[in-house]
Parts: sequence; structure tokens; C-alpha cells
Amino acid sequence: MHDTLTPVRPEAERRASSRQKRRRTDSRVAYLFLLPWFIGLVVLTAGPILASLYLSFTDFDLLTAPRWLGFDNYQAFVDDPHFHSAIKVTSMYVILSVPLAVVFALLVAVALVGKRRGSGVYRASYYLPSLLGGSVAVTILWREIFGADGLVNQVLEKVGIIGPSWVSSPDFALYTLILLHVWQFGSPMLIFLAGLKQIPQDLYESAAVDGASAFQRFVRITVPMLTPLIFFNLVLQMINSFKAFTPAFIISGGSGGPVDSTLFYTLYLYQEGFANFHMGYASAMAWALLIVISLFTAGMFITSRYWVFYGDEEGAK
Amino acid sequence: MSTISVVGRRGPVRGAVTHVLLIAGALVMLYPLLWMVSGAFKPADEIFASAGLLPESFTLSNFIDGWTGLGIGFGRFFLNSFTISALAVVGNVLSCSMAAYAFARLSFRFKRAWFAIMLVTIMLPIHVLIVPQYVLFHNLKWINTILPLTIPHFLAVDAFFIFLMVQFIRGLPRELDDAARIDGCGPVQIYLRIVLPLMTPALITTAIFTFIWTWDNFFNQIVFISDVEKFTVPLALRAFLDSSGESSWGPMFAMATLSLVPVVTFFLVFQKRITEGISTTGLKG
Repeated sequence: MHDTLTPVRPEAERRASSRQKRRRTDSRVAYLFLLPWFIGLVVLTAGPILASLYLSFTDFDLLTAPRWLGFDNYQAFVDDPHFHSAIKVTSMYVILSVPLAVVFALLVAVALVGKRRGSGVYRASYYLPSLLGGSVAVTILWREIFGADGLVNQVLEKVGIIGPSWVSSPDFALYTLILLHVWQFGSPMLIFLAGLKQIPQDLYESAAVDGASAFQRFVRITVPMLTPLIFFNLVLQMINSFKAFTPAFIISGGSGGPVDSTLFYTLYLYQEGFANFHMGYASAMAWALLIVISLFTAGMFITSRYWVFYGDEEGAK
Repeated sequence: MSTISVVGRRGPVRGAVTHVLLIAGALVMLYPLLWMVSGAFKPADEIFASAGLLPESFTLSNFIDGWTGLGIGFGRFFLNSFTISALAVVGNVLSCSMAAYAFARLSFRFKRAWFAIMLVTIMLPIHVLIVPQYVLFHNLKWINTILPLTIPHFLAVDAFFIFLMVQFIRGLPRELDDAARIDGCGPVQIYLRIVLPLMTPALITTAIFTFIWTWDNFFNQIVFISDVEKFTVPLALRAFLDSSGESSWGPMFAMATLSLVPVVTFFLVFQKRITEGISTTGLKG
């Protein structure tokens, strides 16, 4: 289009200048296309992250100006019993629910792989809880299933066992939430299914010829071939578990009870920030969470070197 | 399909056993959900008297009682949720596709650095941002409006979808862009006429997941909304639970069931796309 405007210039020069001009328009247009994202980045991400770092060193209740405290908020973690509960509860939740969900996901994916009548229906049924499990509706349902005269206890009664009132018992409430998480193994399962289809069948064939049992084939071929996806699912599930909020909030009516047994970290953060308006303290908690998630993720990446196998490495050995 | 599989040889007996196990597993998975749906149609005394799924006496009164249980009809809450989710979809599709087009197809200064920053924002937990965002929206007098729940989506805060779309656009042949350029199209026209129509699958995936996640995003909703008439469906359910307590499980189940209808409908309509989207991109679900 602009070539017609400069007909007298030599061909090469003309083309070079056209390219240059294109790059310049490109650049200008690019920033135009990125404008919404830039605004969001500055106003809703970069600005807030700096602000929350600042607020984490202050006493702030929204109505009066923030008062500088230095490291006091972080220091206060040491003597805050609720903070300790939150750490304990969240660690238990992450440590138990993440590996369990991933193991279930892997086993069910192995059972589902391959063309089989109705495999689409199976996949959908196992996945559906994953999609709905984070909703308020399903958490309310869970609260009822594990209530004093809920579904679980009715079934137990038929076999002569008097069950505890799961969700209102400090010893069991957290485990019902872990079960709720494990029930949602559907999305890592789908990721495993996709991975299983990539494993070359001749590996299994030659192993079978060598007399390897089904179990040996699973341990020696399937698991090693899937380690990249096992790693991916573990990281993803871990990050999500650290951030879990809705189930604990609904099950405990927002309190984190009984006796702090479901006081998830994010629930305590919410209480401090938005119920008690200790926004400085909540910001410090958020930063501690960010640091912990980053450390754990980095730690997993470092250990992954020793147990995750990528196809191309094997060829190099 | 070869006869040797991940699990072993598949004879007819073994096949049948696997089917039985898979069906049993699927029933265990779905049982709680089915029990809730059936509970919505059972009279109060029957919900807890039986673990069975078929109501002995079928009733619709739970839906009637539940709908008006908070004084304001649930219709209001559904409208609020729909408005927020629909706006979030429009916002994400527009703003994320624009940013993705720039990252995938245009050249500009510091592109790599900006792209890296975009990737980092995907990892950032909302909790680090929520307090300052609350202060900001409070100062803008946006608390208790739908603005904090919708406007951010127009500013491409869900960077995950930008990444998803960049990957998709990179898979489109560049020759199409070049051909369009020769025909006199500028970058804007290429975006509108070539890239956007071709990336429909990525846009649909984005739309589906934005809708479902916004519908269920309880944390943001409870932080930014406290007026009953502004409540979304999840907030209303929670308020209903608090106000009616253990006494009215029938209406509770009825409303909980209704609240899942949009998500389940999406799932049934787009089932293939949802399951593919997850297994290929690792979208959390």
C-alpha cells in the first residue's frame, strides 16, 4: 500500500524502508493491542503487589492511614495460635490430598485408557465431580453427607456402626475435606489419559514378550513414561490446595471450626483481612503464602531432576 | 488397538470385569450428586430416612420454598450471576485475544520481557493482590457493585488464557498473515479477519472456562459483595444455609441443584471440548 507512494526510489531501498516502516507500525499497533493488559498489569497486578508488600509492614484497617510497623506483623506469626493452626491444617490438607488425588487419577486413567465401549461416559462421570466440587452447592451437600445424621452415618448404621458427627468433630472434619478434594481427581486424570495415549505400544509388547507381568509393565514402563505428567499434576494440585478456600468456609460456616480444625490458611487470611479488617496482617499472611508456594514449587522443580524422565534424555544416555 | 495394553491382555472375561468395576466406580463418584438431586424432590422427612435415589413421594414444594427462602426470589441471584459471568466471558475473549495476537504475531520492543512477566502473573495467588485491590475498589466506590467482578476481565487479568491463545495462534500458518498483508491488510484487519475467526476453538475454550469459574468464584464474590440484592447464586446459597440451618434441607438441596444447572448444562453441551481442553492444556477444573 505504501509502496505506491514512493515509486521513484530504487527497489532495494524501497523494500528496506517498507520493512522498517512495517516494524514501526507493528510496534505501535502491538502496544495498542496490549493496552488493556498493560492497564490491568499496572493497576490490578503490579501496583497491588507492591502495595501489599508495603501494607504487610503496617497496621491498616482501611479507614485510617497505614501505620508503619516494620516486621511486627511477621513477628506476630510466632505467637498467633490461629496462625499455627492454619499452617498445620493447610499442611495436612496439602500433604494428604495432593498425592492421594494424583494416585487415584493415575490408577483410574490406566483403567480407562484404550478404546472401550462407553469410555466417553466413564470419562465424563469420573470428571464431573472435578468440575462441580469447588462450588458452594457441592460443599453444602458434603456437609450434609457427613453430618451427624447424614448419608454416611445412615449407611454405617445399617451395618451396626454409630458414626461420629464428622463435620462437627475436630478429629474428623479435616478428613472430610481431604476426601472432598480426592473425589475431584478428574482433571489430573484427563491429563494422564492424554499422556497414556502417547506411550508407544511396542514398549508393552516387547516387555510382554520378555515375560513381564502387568504389574511390572505398569511400574517399569507406564510410571516412568508418565513422570513428566505426574510432576506437572503434583505441582498444579499443590498450588491449588494451598489456595483452597470455599470448602473450609462453607463446612465450618466461615469460622474454621470446630476448634480451628478446618481453619485453612486462606480462610484465616480472609477472616483477618475482611472480617476483622486487619489488612496489614492479612497482607503479611499473603506474602508468607506467596513465599511458601514459591519455595515448594522451586523445591519440586529441583527434586524433579532426580525422578522425572523426559524422552529425549533417555536417548542421550 | 493391540491386544497388549497398559494393564495387560484383554480377554472377554477380563473386559467384563473391568466394565463392572468401572461402572461401580462411576456410581460411587456420582452418587452424592444424584442423591442431592433426588433429595430436592423428596419431602423433608424422607431425605434423611433413606439413602435411596428414587423419592417415594415426589414433591416440588422444595423448589417453591427455596426460591423465595431469602425474601428476594432466587431469580435475582441467578440474574446477577449470569450478568457477571457473561461480562467476564466477553471481557476475557476480547482482552486476552488482543494481547495474545500481539505476543504471537507482532514485533515490539521488550517483547520477551513482557511475555515473561505475563507468565509470572499466571502463578500469582489472588491473595497477594486482594487487599490492595479491595482498597482500590473501595476508593472507587465499587464495593457492592458488579464492577470488581467484571472490569478486571476486560483488562486481561486471567493471563492463563493469553498464554493458551498465544500457543494456539502460533500453530496457525503465518502465510495467511503474509498473504493478507500483500492484499493490503494492516495488523488490525489481520487480527479481525484472519486470526480471530481461525482461533474460534481457543476462544470457545476460554469462554467455557471463564463462565464456569466466574460462576463458582466464591472467594471474590464474598469479598466484594455484601448487599443481599447484589448477591450471586453461591452467596445466596451460603446465606440460605446460615439463615435456615439444618431445618430446611429440602429447599437447600433444591436451590443447590438449580445452582449447578448452568455449569452442568455447559458441561453436557461442550463435554468434548472441556475434556480435551483439560488434557491438552492442563487447565485446572
